[in-house]
Amino acid sequence: MSLSRSAKDVAASRTRSPHTSMFLRMLVRAAVLRRGRALSALFAMVVAAAVTTAMLNLFVDVQAKLRREFRNYGANIVLVGRDSDSLPADALARVESVLAGRGVVAPFALVVARTGDGQPVVVAGTDFDRVRQLDQWWSVSQWPSAPQQALVGVRALAVVSPKNQPFDLSFQGRTIRLTSTGTVRTGAAEDSRIYVSLADLVSWTGVQASTIEVAATGSPEEISAIMHQLEQAIPAADVRPVRQIMEGEARVLGKTRATLLAAAALIILTAALCVLSTLMGWVFDRRRDFAIMKALGASDRLLNGFFAAEAAALGASGAVIGFVIGIGIAAWIGRVNFHAPVVPRFSVLPFVLAGSIVVTLLSAVLPIWLLRRVQPAVILRGE
Amino acid sequence: MFARLVYESFRRQKRRKLLAGAAITLGVTVATAMIAVATDIGDKINRELRTIGANLLVTPQEDTLDVEIGGVNLKPPSDGAFLSEADLPKIKGTFWHNNITGFAPMLPVNVTLQRDGGTENLTLLGTYFAKQVSVGKETFMTGVRSTHPWWRVSGAWPDDSSRDVLLGERLAARLSERQGDEVTVSGRKLHVSGILSTGGSEDDQIIAPIALAQEIIGKPGAVRRVYVSAITKPEDALARRDPKSMSGPLYDRWYCSPYPQSIAFQLQEAIQHSHAEQIRQVAQNEGAVLTRIEGLIFLITLAALFAAALAVSAAMATAIFERRAEVGLMKALGAGRLAVACVFFAEATLLALIGGFVGFAAGGLLAHQIGRSIFDSQITIPPVLLPVILLIAVIVTFAGSAVAIRQAVRLDPVFALRGEL
Repeated sequence: MSLSRSAKDVAASRTRSPHTSMFLRMLVRAAVLRRGRALSALFAMVVAAAVTTAMLNLFVDVQAKLRREFRNYGANIVLVGRDSDSLPADALARVESVLAGRGVVAPFALVVARTGDGQPVVVAGTDFDRVRQLDQWWSVSQWPSAPQQALVGVRALAVVSPKNQPFDLSFQGRTIRLTSTGTVRTGAAEDSRIYVSLADLVSWTGVQASTIEVAATGSPEEISAIMHQLEQAIPAADVRPVRQIMEGEARVLGKTRATLLAAAALIILTAALCVLSTLMGWVFDRRRDFAIMKALGASDRLLNGFFAAEAAALGASGAVIGFVIGIGIAAWIGRVNFHAPVVPRFSVLPFVLAGSIVVTLLSAVLPIWLLRRVQPAVILRGE
Repeated sequence: MFARLVYESFRRQKRRKLLAGAAITLGVTVATAMIAVATDIGDKINRELRTIGANLLVTPQEDTLDVEIGGVNLKPPSDGAFLSEADLPKIKGTFWHNNITGFAPMLPVNVTLQRDGGTENLTLLGTYFAKQVSVGKETFMTGVRSTHPWWRVSGAWPDDSSRDVLLGERLAARLSERQGDEVTVSGRKLHVSGILSTGGSEDDQIIAPIALAQEIIGKPGAVRRVYVSAITKPEDALARRDPKSMSGPLYDRWYCSPYPQSIAFQLQEAIQHSHAEQIRQVAQNEGAVLTRIEGLIFLITLAALFAAALAVSAAMATAIFERRAEVGLMKALGAGRLAVACVFFAEATLLALIGGFVGFAAGGLLAHQIGRSIFDSQITIPPVLLPVILLIAVIVTFAGSAVAIRQAVRLDPVFALRGEL
């Protein structure tokens, strides 16, 4: 009983195994014998997959890259003490802990002081190292580094220290002597102000920081989450979005994304059509093989299976090679254009793989379907 | 004979020609559309970037220091110098008038608000909302609605000739005033047409037509500063140079490039006793963002051109490969390699020209659609592009056919006719 079953098994495997090995041999030989055409089909597939991968990668990554560019516009969230009060002393530390590295923060304290000849001028206390990162558009001749040094706005300079000499400022009877290390030019309100370090301002006037500017990085949802957390962390502060920046950013990013999407669709379509035409030509060219197989008694299923397997193998190998090249292209574009690498997204691979196999299957099965009714003899006679 | 060969080939092998022609047309369509988008994207994104606000600020030359904290002006209102409102239309009369998308004058004045017997000191900001300004024969609309597009009003925007005002959001909440209420400001009863939300210091202010602000301080035609929104070119080394140190031709080039600096310089020339400067936060970053997006689209256009070229080449190669028997016949009848190659190249050129024309038109339509659906504005293709596109189409078709043609002419006619290889 058991013996007869094993004999049956052997017989079954024998009938199957030459079949399988023949199938594989046909696949391999077809690729090797027509090296030129197989290579050109593979090449088309690789290029299409590479271009698709690069476009998908860029499409996913470009938002993050451009958002980083937009952070150079400075703060997108401002914390102000309620009813123009100062913020609590530990507000800055709390903001930092909420952000956890997802942005840059700078505190500001503003007072109106008087110059030696009684003119009012706005003096701001801040942290120069932070401002330097936050407001990169400030054109500063030299940043102050020591106490009692001030950064003077270009318009304020003419009033307080036209000859660049040390100057006195007074606030409620207390005076401070400052030397100007450099000037700041922004074209806006900063030009009329004098910037000193926050420590200097606090020891001189006793006024604490009343504003914290935050340049938070992330998607709109992440930023509104950060705003919500900030509101809870510092109840004494009014947390306001800088709508001007946020709305402009959203608009420009949206339009860029849409343009990119349109471009990606066009490119992927072109690449797919390129593969389709190359492969269809290749398969069509082999109608003699097809006819011989049919004449030798191959079933339609076997023929379909053969060409489909060939196409799938081509699609899969092309997709994998193309994926690697595409990642390289995306990384290169990231380096050249954004001076930062585009992170490879392996989540794109299944889409590229599936897309490639679908396109190759389509281009293999279509000619077969067209030829299925034609008598092998007609094809073999070359008509 | 040569012409007849080509003609007959087109007449009799319609299906093959159609396939190759379709590939060329598609390739040219994609290439044209992408080139059109790439050449126009800078301008389009530039216009989108204008939503971040004005990039140039014009102030009086002899201006005293602003003493402003959180939008509250701490200086006596009539202090300092002013610009003249009558000079403002000249902004649109400069060389770069087409690049100036809008301007808005501002006149902040200190006012007292009477309510419940008490008074409160506030800032009233006079400006244009959407004012008709006529320059020469043209009129155009300008004001905060174009230069400050993030300002949002619940209710109605006041008319520039009316005495209606907007209340800042926080001020309105504090006073518990609503749209349609009346406020008494410096002895005048004013109708509130809407509540303004900006996210900035204007939320604590009253915004009014500029004539009202001028009336309050008794200085008709006075303007404190003008915000100008202009489409500029990203700054480069030339832009940063001092115009005084430039030689003639270099100066002309600087003057005739829309750098923020040169537009500011011309605004200064146009308006007497003024000082114009770029608002660095907007102007500087704009350049960076623009360069990045333009660079990105440029690289993608290259990718698109490459993909299109490849598609055309692949189609041509397939088309020629299928005609080996024909080549064999021609050669058997005594045609030389050159003659055979000439026939194929002539066919390729014809196909490329036809496909190029159709593709150019289709690409134009496609670009137009992209412009309409993404940017709500036209993307037009300069007709100069047509010869360039046709040339590219011919070159790509040639390059694509070259390998296949070479293989075809090298074939031994005997094998080709027997259908071997």
